[in-house]
This record gives sequence, structure tokens and C-alpha cells, in this order.
Amino acid sequence: MKRVYAKEDVCIGCRLCEIACVVEHSESKNAIRTYKTEVPRPVARNVVEERGPLTFSVNCRHCDEPLCVAVCIAGAMVKDEESGVVRHNEEKCVGCWSCVMICPYGVIKMKPAAKKVSKCDLCNGRTMPACVQACPNRAIVYEER
Amino acid sequence: MLYYDQNKNYRDFEVLRDENKCIQCQVCVRQCSYEVHTYDEKHDEVTADQTKCVGCHRCEAFCPTDALKIRKNQSEFRDNALWTPQYLKNIYKQADTGGVLLTGMGNSYPYPVYWDKMLLDASQVTNPSIDPLREPMELRTYLGAKPDAVEVHGGNGHPRLDTSFAPQIPIEYPILFSAMSYGSINLNIHVGLARAAEEMGTLYNTGEGGLHPTLYQYGKNTIVQCASGRFGVHTDYLNAGVAVEIKIGQGAKPGIGGHLPGEKIGPEISLTRMIPEGTDALSPAPHHDIYSIEDLRQLIYALKEATDYKKLVFVKIAAVHNSAAIASGMVRAGADVISLDGFRGGTGAAPTMIRDNVGVPIELALASVDERLRQEGIRNRASLVVAGGIRCSADVVKAIALGADAVYIATAALIAVGCTVCQRCYTGKCPWGIATNDPYLAKRINPEIAHEKLANLIRGWGHEIQEMLGGMGLNALESLRGNREKLRGVGLNETELNILGIKHAGA
Ligand code: SF4
Repeated sequence: MKRVYAKEDVCIGCRLCEIACVVEHSESKNAIRTYKTEVPRPVARNVVEERGPLTFSVNCRHCDEPLCVAVCIAGAMVKDEESGVVRHNEEKCVGCWSCVMICPYGVIKMKPAAKKVSKCDLCNGRTMPACVQACPNRAIVYEER
Repeated sequence: MLYYDQNKNYRDFEVLRDENKCIQCQVCVRQCSYEVHTYDEKHDEVTADQTKCVGCHRCEAFCPTDALKIRKNQSEFRDNALWTPQYLKNIYKQADTGGVLLTGMGNSYPYPVYWDKMLLDASQVTNPSIDPLREPMELRTYLGAKPDAVEVHGGNGHPRLDTSFAPQIPIEYPILFSAMSYGSINLNIHVGLARAAEEMGTLYNTGEGGLHPTLYQYGKNTIVQCASGRFGVHTDYLNAGVAVEIKIGQGAKPGIGGHLPGEKIGPEISLTRMIPEGTDALSPAPHHDIYSIEDLRQLIYALKEATDYKKLVFVKIAAVHNSAAIASGMVRAGADVISLDGFRGGTGAAPTMIRDNVGVPIELALASVDERLRQEGIRNRASLVVAGGIRCSADVVKAIALGADAVYIATAALIAVGCTVCQRCYTGKCPWGIATNDPYLAKRINPEIAHEKLANLIRGWGHEIQEMLGGMGLNALESLRGNREKLRGVGLNETELNILGIKHAGA
């Protein structure tokens, strides 16, 4: 399956990918409105890790054997066999944070107020995930490997 | 502002943030390497220290909501045609520091730009123009010494050449990337330049900082430079490219050496330059073994000997008052190519006074060098490559019509990869990731993107050059070279027209 891969040698740590993620998962899909008026504001489902000059953007790996699916006590986390996408059903999510604890990449985000988690959905239906499109330096790519 | 000197508060730029649009995402905070923007967590507010802004526009270009604009500081001093704000600010600065004013890039003063005072010809009625999309149009150029005459034998449809040619470098476009050293710019740009030169069939120049081991693979598109500091010069280096350029001077700072501060000499640069880590890389003002044309000849032939007479030797000088006579000497000393760098040529660092007050416009220097070499009957013995302020394909065409074989571009190449000519290259903090080796900043140049953009620039200019040639009814660049009939001056006086060797428009 096509996945989003990070290229740390050219990631400039601007975090535009995080902003694109927030906006893409907002109601208005407008950056200014999303940040100024939407409460609660969607959380970025990708994380730009930073240490010294090293930066890279990580998001869900959509693992072949996803631990988050295995530990989900509510059946909210499922691996779509056909597309390979690990999907999260918010309605079923009970906010136990088991997936957050187990994810080895640290890319499942908590929404404490809502008691739900949020994770990358590869921008459902978008041909190019928003983060990849927003990256000004081609530091994240969406491809089959 | 509190705690700042008067001189700092007379700042050059204003950072205008539209609070209705700012989403406090802090992209500007992370992008600005001069620490103009800061995020105040307590008030969830991004603020700017305007005194630090150099006007590079990085934040504006990256702001996802178009909330930022960089304007010239609106504050005005009382009008004075002599004491303009720039002179006042320079004096305040020097009165504070007692230092030499430093700057980057090329001469920024409003001296005449002769490219803009020359117009090209086009065909009408009596000679047909040519459509480059339908008919072949030759841009290939051969750099190198040409024989005085060619001798052939055979005939009967099978002529054979008796004359043996000196080595020639074919280039598919008359545009080379000019010398920029590894150190003054980073490896990512060098990779981009090398790959673009390879794709487009042209050359890039290492500059005086040696050649990084990973770049030897681009040898057939490389000119290696040997400057007064002799950094990174060894046998493999000299033989790595297709030519060796002896750099005598550079347009931005004729007569001045170079100084790459020790902080910038990290492990990779130290290895490539062959100097210890952390030591200043000092390029003396002159080559200490060149004090005459005869000395130059010795170095030219030493380099030819070291490269088995297979590589071309370029000699680069800054355009100065007597360039024509010097160029004549250079050709007689054995240079295969003369690189002539006009006073608008860029640099990573130069004293402002030198950059803005020394040298000769490249258009005039080019015309006089070409003319002098023709008069002396030695124009064929060397190619002429000109540099220093070539901004577009029309400048290239005009340079060729004035007598150049090809042009060098460097500032234009850097602009292609993002440079906004803020002229702060000497700080080592280039927010565009160009004139910096800081690993956090240098990553901003993705070699893959740089390669594409640089190749696109050459491709685009190539199309335009073909269009202009076609319009003049020419189907080969060779037919334009030194063809000053194709140029006319506008608004130039008799002396200028004479030096340029062109007629006034209307004549
Ligand atoms: S947008 Fe690209 S360059 Fe910026 S932080 Fe994300 S991955 Fe890195």
C-alpha cells in the first residue's frame, strides 16, 4: 500500500504538515477560521519530531500487524483489509488510551476533552494526503515501497 | 526600542503582521534564522523584533495564512540628495563599531545597466525570421582555443582535417554556473548545480573551496577552481573536471582576498579544503606566485602539465580599468578561456565600499576586451565567458552579440533556488539555506528540488534565446557571436556607443 514516508535529510521542521493536517480535518477547511473559531480545534495527527538540527514528520505507519488494533478494547480501531488503512471509529472509542500507550511511533493523539483519540486516516479520499501536499521541501512523500 | 542603540532603531524593514490572519502557528518563528519572530506562550501571541529583520522574506513566503508582509521602514529622514538614509545609517553603524561595513551579493548602486540601454534587431520582409519550434536552432557552443586557420586535404566530397585542435568543451547552452565555493554555499546546492549542469549539458564551477568527494561523478560538467588560497587543490582535483579555472579576481571585490571564518570550517569543509577544522580560510588578495603575465603563464602551463594538456585552463579576472590589456596578456600567456567578471558580480562577503565602488560594468569591459583581442588577431585563441549581473535570457543574447562565447550565472542561479538578494550572505545564517552550512538551515535546500529549478531556468532561457535568434533570422548562436550589428543603443552618448561598438537606435 501507499504510505507517507519522512525524509529527515530535507525536513526543515516548519510544521506546515501539522497545520495542513489540522485544517484538512476541520469543519471549515480554512486555515484562519479553523484556528480562530473552531472549538475544539482538531489535533494534528502527525508529529514533527525534533532534536537539534534533526527533524522529521511522523504519522501512522498503517502497520501490517497493528498493535493498536490488537489492544483496542472497544473495537474502534480496525485494519481495513482491502486498503490496508488502519481506521479509527470515533463513535466506538471509549478513551481508554490503550492504543496511545502501545503505538511504537507515538502517533495516536489524545483529545482529552472529548475522551477520544485521533489518528491519521490518510486523508480519506484525497489522492495526496494534505501533509504531503503542504510540505514545501518534499520531506514527506506518499508512495508504495 | 528599549535597550537598543539609535542605529538599530533606524531599521530597514517593517514586519507587518495582520492579527486577523495570524493563527500563531509559529512557522515564522521557526523559519527566521535572525530570531525576529518570537512566540509568547502566556499571551498566545507571536511578536516581532523589527530591528533584526534583514528583509529576506522567508517568513512571508512560508506563512500559511498570508498574515505577514515585509515593507521598507516608512520612517523618513528629511530629504537630502547628498545625505541619503543609507549614508546616515552606515555612519551611525561605524561610529558604534569602528568596523568595516560588510555586505553580500553584488553592487547594488544605481549605476547604469547597459543591458537595458541596448535593443536587439529582428527580421522584417527582407530577411525571413525563423520559427524555432519548427526548425532546428543551434545553441551548442564549443569553449576552447580555435586554430588561426584550418587546413584540409582530400576534397572530392571527402575533405579531411589536417589541423589538430586544442581540447574543446561542448556546452549545449551558452550559460554556465559561476564559481561559488563549498563553504560559502553548502553541499546541497553544489549537488543541485552539478546535477542541473549534467542534465542540461553545461558546466558548473566548484569555486575555490575544493570538490567534495561525492561530486567527482559529475566531472564532465565541472570546472575546478584554483584560487589564491589553493584550497583543496591536488592531482585528482585538478583532473576531476573538464577545466581548471585560475581565479585572479572577482567582480564583487576586485583586488580583495577572501576570508571564510573558522566557525564555518566544519569536518566536511575541512576535509574538502584540506585545512584543519576551525581555522580561518584566508584567500590572499593576490596569488603570491603571480606578479606578471609571465608568472601567470607559468601557472597556466603548470596546470596544463599536471592535467596532461587535456583540460582547458580558464583565467578569471574582475573587470577593471585596463582589462583589455590584461586579457590580451592572459591569452598570450596561454589561457584557453577568459572569464570576465563585471562589477555587479556577487559574493558571499565583501566590504561594502569595495563592492559598490570598484570595477567596471561588464557590458563595457566585454566590448572592449573582445574588440582588443580582435584587433590583435588573437580572439580565436581563447573563448570569452562573461559574468556579473546576467539577469535574463535577453542579457545573455546581448552579451553574445557583444562578443561573449558564453555567460556565467550565479546570483540568478541562487535566486532560482529561493534567494531574495537580501545581501546578508556573510552572516552564515541564510534563512533560505543557501549561504550557510548550519545543518539546520542547509537542509532547506533539497538537492532534488534545486536540480529541477536550476535545470528549468536554463531550459526556459534556452527557449527564449532560440526565439530571439529566430526573430533575427539566425539559426545558430554562432551567427550572433560578436555580431554587434544586431544591437542598437538607446539613450547612450557617443563615448558609450564607441566603447560598446554599436550604433544608436534609428541609425
Ligand atoms: S512540512 Fe515538510 S519540511 Fe515542514 S516539518 Fe513537515 S515534513 Fe518537515
